[in-house]
Amino acid sequence: MGEFKVHRVRFFNYVPSGIRCVAYNNQSNRLAVSRTDGTVEIYNLSANYFQEKFFPGHESRATEALCWAKGQRLFSAGLNGEIIEYDLQALNIKYAMDAFGGPIWSMAASPSGSQLLVGCEDGSVKLFQITPGKIQFERNFDRQKRSAIHKMLVDRQYMGVSKRKCIIWGVAFLSDGTVISVDSAGKVQFWDSATGTLVKNHLIANADVQSIAVSDQEDSFVVGTAEGTVFHFQLVSVTSNSSEKQWVRTKPFQHHTHDVRAVAHSPTALISGGTDTHLVIRPLMEKVEVKNYDAALRKITFPHRRLISCSKKKQLLLFQFAHHLELWQLGSTVATGKNGDTLPLSKDADHLLHLKTKGPENIICSCISPCGSWIAYSTASRFFLYRLSYERDNISLQRVSKMPAFLRSALQILFSEDSAKLFVASNQGSLHIIRLLEGSFKHLHTFQPQSGTVESMCLLAVSPDGNWLAASGTSAGVHVYNVKNLKLHCTVPAYNFPVTALAIAPSTNNLVIAHSDQQVFEYSIPDKQYTEWSRTIQKQGFHHLWLQRDTPITHISFHLKRPMHILLHDAYMFCIIDKSLPLPNDKTLLYNPLPPKNESDVIRRRTAHAFKISKIYKPLLFMDLLDERTLVAVERPLDDIIAQLPPPIKKKKFGT
Amino acid sequence: MVEQERVRVVRCGGSELNFRRAVFSADSKYIFCVSGDFVKVYSTATEECVHILQGHRNLVTGIQLNPNNHLQLYSCSFDGTIKLWDYVDGILIKTFIVGHKLHALFTVARAEDSVFVTINKEKPDIFQLVSVKLPKSSSQEIESKELSFVLDYINQSPKYIAFGNEGEYVAAVRDFYLSVYFFKKKTTSRFTLSSSRNKKHAKNNFTCVACHPKEDCIATGHKDGKIRLWRNFDDDKKYTYTCLHWHHDMVMDLAFSVTGTSLLSGGRESVLVEWRDAAEKNKEFLPRLGATIEHISVSPAGDLFCTSHSDNKIIVIHRNLEASAVIQGLVKDSNIFTGLMIDPRTKALVLNGKPGHLQFYSLQSDKQLYNLDIVQQEYINDYGLIQIELTKAAFGCYGNWLATVEQRQEKETELELQMKLWMYNKKTQGFVLNTKVNMPHEDHITALCFCNAEKSENPTLVTASKDGHFKVWILTDDSDIYKKAVGWTCDFVVSFEEIVTIWDSETWELKCTFCQRAGKIRHLCFGRLTCSKYLLGATENGILCCWNLLSCALEWSAKLNVRVMEPDLNSENIAAISHSSMGSDLFVFKPSEPRPLYIQKNISREEVQWGVFVPRDVPESFTSEAYQWLNRSQFYFLTKSQSLLTLSTKSPEEKLTPTSKQLLAEESLPTTPFYFILGKHRQQQDEKLNAALENELVQLPLTENIPAISELLHTPAHVLPSASFLCSMFVNSLLLSKESKSAEEIPDDVDMEEEKERDDSDEENDFTEKVQDTDNTDLGEDIIHQLSKSEEKELRKFRKVDYSWITAL
Repeated sequence: MGEFKVHRVRFFNYVPSGIRCVAYNNQSNRLAVSRTDGTVEIYNLSANYFQEKFFPGHESRATEALCWAKGQRLFSAGLNGEIIEYDLQALNIKYAMDAFGGPIWSMAASPSGSQLLVGCEDGSVKLFQITPGKIQFERNFDRQKRSAIHKMLVDRQYMGVSKRKCIIWGVAFLSDGTVISVDSAGKVQFWDSATGTLVKNHLIANADVQSIAVSDQEDSFVVGTAEGTVFHFQLVSVTSNSSEKQWVRTKPFQHHTHDVRAVAHSPTALISGGTDTHLVIRPLMEKVEVKNYDAALRKITFPHRRLISCSKKKQLLLFQFAHHLELWQLGSTVATGKNGDTLPLSKDADHLLHLKTKGPENIICSCISPCGSWIAYSTASRFFLYRLSYERDNISLQRVSKMPAFLRSALQILFSEDSAKLFVASNQGSLHIIRLLEGSFKHLHTFQPQSGTVESMCLLAVSPDGNWLAASGTSAGVHVYNVKNLKLHCTVPAYNFPVTALAIAPSTNNLVIAHSDQQVFEYSIPDKQYTEWSRTIQKQGFHHLWLQRDTPITHISFHLKRPMHILLHDAYMFCIIDKSLPLPNDKTLLYNPLPPKNESDVIRRRTAHAFKISKIYKPLLFMDLLDERTLVAVERPLDDIIAQLPPPIKKKKFGT
Repeated sequence: MVEQERVRVVRCGGSELNFRRAVFSADSKYIFCVSGDFVKVYSTATEECVHILQGHRNLVTGIQLNPNNHLQLYSCSFDGTIKLWDYVDGILIKTFIVGHKLHALFTVARAEDSVFVTINKEKPDIFQLVSVKLPKSSSQEIESKELSFVLDYINQSPKYIAFGNEGEYVAAVRDFYLSVYFFKKKTTSRFTLSSSRNKKHAKNNFTCVACHPKEDCIATGHKDGKIRLWRNFDDDKKYTYTCLHWHHDMVMDLAFSVTGTSLLSGGRESVLVEWRDAAEKNKEFLPRLGATIEHISVSPAGDLFCTSHSDNKIIVIHRNLEASAVIQGLVKDSNIFTGLMIDPRTKALVLNGKPGHLQFYSLQSDKQLYNLDIVQQEYINDYGLIQIELTKAAFGCYGNWLATVEQRQEKETELELQMKLWMYNKKTQGFVLNTKVNMPHEDHITALCFCNAEKSENPTLVTASKDGHFKVWILTDDSDIYKKAVGWTCDFVVSFEEIVTIWDSETWELKCTFCQRAGKIRHLCFGRLTCSKYLLGATENGILCCWNLLSCALEWSAKLNVRVMEPDLNSENIAAISHSSMGSDLFVFKPSEPRPLYIQKNISREEVQWGVFVPRDVPESFTSEAYQWLNRSQFYFLTKSQSLLTLSTKSPEEKLTPTSKQLLAEESLPTTPFYFILGKHRQQQDEKLNAALENELVQLPLTENIPAISELLHTPAHVLPSASFLCSMFVNSLLLSKESKSAEEIPDDVDMEEEKERDDSDEENDFTEKVQDTDNTDLGEDIIHQLSKSEEKELRKFRKVDYSWITAL
């Protein structure tokens, strides 16, 4: 495995924004999550909870409601009063439509999916017809115009204090006529809609109950409270031989520290998200058929994409935040030590640059060139390219102006190894190749998407010799282009699970692809087929512990001097695959500790297998080789994130 | 009237009332609880014991109302029988002999002719729940060996088993799993909780179970204080549970209310928690119940609950969570430091009770009289806390004064010591704190004694301590007590180990010193009455010494490993209990003579910790010499396992019954106008009859006094045997007996003689190794002083006795 000098970076001050809404789509088994900064993320629950797509946020678009309608159409509404539909193929906003009722607080689609109902700040409820391409205003239910059929008055009583106003945070209407309301007094109440009377009252929390979601079968629902607890309610029969059923609060789940702002109920899991930025997927054991790793609790905190790029030559790290970029010079040391030592820094890490975006849009992607003299980033509507020049300690930044009109928005940006070429995956599905010159650029070529597909490419990889470019979308296979003669070279056969990381190995030009189901393939670009090693490992299968990992592989890189090594990492481990060693089978220990030094070589060789895994650094957001003996690892400890969140509701803990 | 029975060791009162859940009668008028070998019936309104159902020959382990006749009660016992009682009259109706040791009993209304019991098969820790078919038969004793197996590998305590939904299923818990057996489907579902794999689930053990009376819902208590409510448990996959968590320590018991709307739980916090609608936020508390709640039960009528506590008490609680009655037995504290004492006023047994309390326990009525809070501090019920302990207590001046010592020692150097003096207040009929002395000594107080001389006007208290001082405390004019004499420089620790010093209580001068190179002296006592010139000491290495105070010489010594030495206040007798690996033996002797009056071998298997002589209210008249020491006092002793035992010819419970039975008879009579007429008429008749009897001295059998007739008249008709069976009995009972009393006595005497012989031979065997220093003539002199007839007899016997054992000492 070899020893490395590791730059352990902990100054990436990234705080994900809190989750505001969660919407589950049963048809495609996808989950839409909106965050407080307006970002909408799509998780594919079938593909190992991989975050397939995301729509960048916008400062003025605070999402307050999110819903799926008519199959797989996703709508959101927010405080700017607009209803937005997202294009899930091209990964951009299809249209935004003003509801003319002030900020929108709530939205619901009819069960048939043909109508959309929004609740506005002015008290009106507006009904929209969903047409194939758009939505159309249908009618307006104004406040107090029609006399309500029933008025259900909620008791304001809040633990003896009746002065505070009781706010209903959520309602659910069941097909049997039961209305369930959750309110700020910590109550879950069951009402009979036919008579407008209170049927049952559950006081479950001392704080607000903020969200509710009912399962499709209407035999269970989930509520989230401001104390971070999620309660599960189930409809159970009173006795085994009678048909009478009652709602019973069953299990509480405390996976959050802060308000649970949104909950969703998939057929097999309870999904919750809140101010503490975690998305928690808690499978219901009784609904899970096979006790595989799907039955385990998932906690998703970090995006499944890279926010960090690195310039190997200059030892620079570029951190991407929602509205700015940070450029850091890594520290250096002259000291040496033995394995496991922490070396003292002779020069501290230096914050070189703080680049703020113009406009309200969030940054989609960013990249720094390997030579460190170019920075490119893109928002939803603009593409920016900067030229960096270093004069001793000074850095001067110069924006490359007059970007061509087609370079409006990019989903992924990549520089070639020699920093002479820039590859941009635009949201139209096309790939642009641009030659970079001193202070200017030249558009070389555009690979148009294959006819009939509109899918955007969101992952790019270029070979170190600059001859090959691999690009992958969310579902279709990986395309390999020949950069020299600007032609599509081949397409790697499509696989069921989305690609999470791509890289092309030096010298051999083998394309290594990691998928969200934790499979890793190696494809020889010159031979246009999978390599022998890849076939062997597919035949034998990966170790079960490897397949049970939580987070997708987000980055793959190679060792220049050791062609048999593949370096890859996810959020909780860093792994070097040594293709020369035998593969582990299910009986061998996957997570092997460092072999003891005093043991004989024979034993070490016998226990050694291809996967060398290190779990020292976690949560690991980025790891790459700077040179042969130096690694850089960027960590973001969860405690640091929690420290930057607003304080949670104070609860009395027994014994304190 | 005295039956010449052999004296035996009898478990007297104070048995555990909290061994099993108490059971309410259907009308909530009575409450039943197991108490050793008996079942006690208490009135819920008056807290009085109405009946004692006796008949089992071993520990009663379970009681249940007969679901088909709510005036009947089933009980099961370790003796392998199930007995059916009529509790209103206290009559045993039937006995079913099962044969196995029965650990718990359950009844289900649906299964009419069978009950469920827990039995132990083969391996010691494996118990089975079986159903026992109770055959219908008119005979009193029925064999019922027809067992059908229900559940295996369960826990022996009935807390771990519950029947639900009118007997449709039974839930049993053990360790980390819950098993539910469905009688209809004949299937068992098992639900396992994660065990101590990680720290979070380390205390997931099940501790108790209860079933909802109406719904399919099982409540289980856990070691970590959680309560889980299981539902949908008929489906192995879709089962679900809710957690309720308030208790910080183990949930000791759970009970659903009759309607099932609320759940009651209790534990070490001594707080009864009522969970309404099974909601975590909707709960009510009944705090400060005094001790750990061991069991909770609910009356079938739904108006009362009751909780059994670890301090041997049952609290009856109203539906609105107000305690209405307390049935208090003898509190069994883990450490009896004070020993057994007798309150001279009430003749009650006094010992450590609740933590920091002194309990006054009436031996006659087997009831706690009252608790005296000595420490007067809130008791914090938590494991591992070092509490203030009441270590010593002494009564003085005919019960006018009480001195107590309490201590708390957290570290070696931090001793907190407090002595309190309490005066009896006639108005309030209780002890009132008079004086509090902080740190009366520098070190632990080893002994505390009041001067009981009749002539002394001032109460005088002497305390001895490990610090090498003893202090004398006397009452001063302003009714304060302060110390008068201090600073005695003699090393008392040494003196207590081997040296005995005698001090004049008038002048506080050292009179004499006895020194015996034998070992540390553990017990010291003066002889009483005629033997008051003797001082007895028992040493650690098993030697009993007797000194003559007049001659200041050692009278005699014997090799006896004395654990307890108690003088009788009403006679010269001194009781000593020795302990060996075989068991504890009792010796009763007079200091004046080194041979015991009475020996009872093997009174208890365990070590006896304390003993006391209790003066009798009515002197018994044992004619037998061996038992004469029991005439004026009764000897009670307490073993290590906290069972209070005594020596008697009959059990104290038997003595209790007449009064309580009368009470009951009166109570059971309906107060109709008819009764007023007839009852009065009958009373007058009785009086007349009695008068006639006195005049004529004709020994006509009184119908009231003949048990057969009274039984016949008082027993409800539905439990009576057939008339033909009764007829002969009835007629027989009316016949005049012709046996003469003297004839009865003669064979008894013979028996007695034989017994004596045997005793003597026992003595010889035992005492052959033991030796005496003093010669026989000395002994003879002393005895001559008062030559009563009995003593003459004794003397004659002594001559016969071989004294070779004395020389062996």
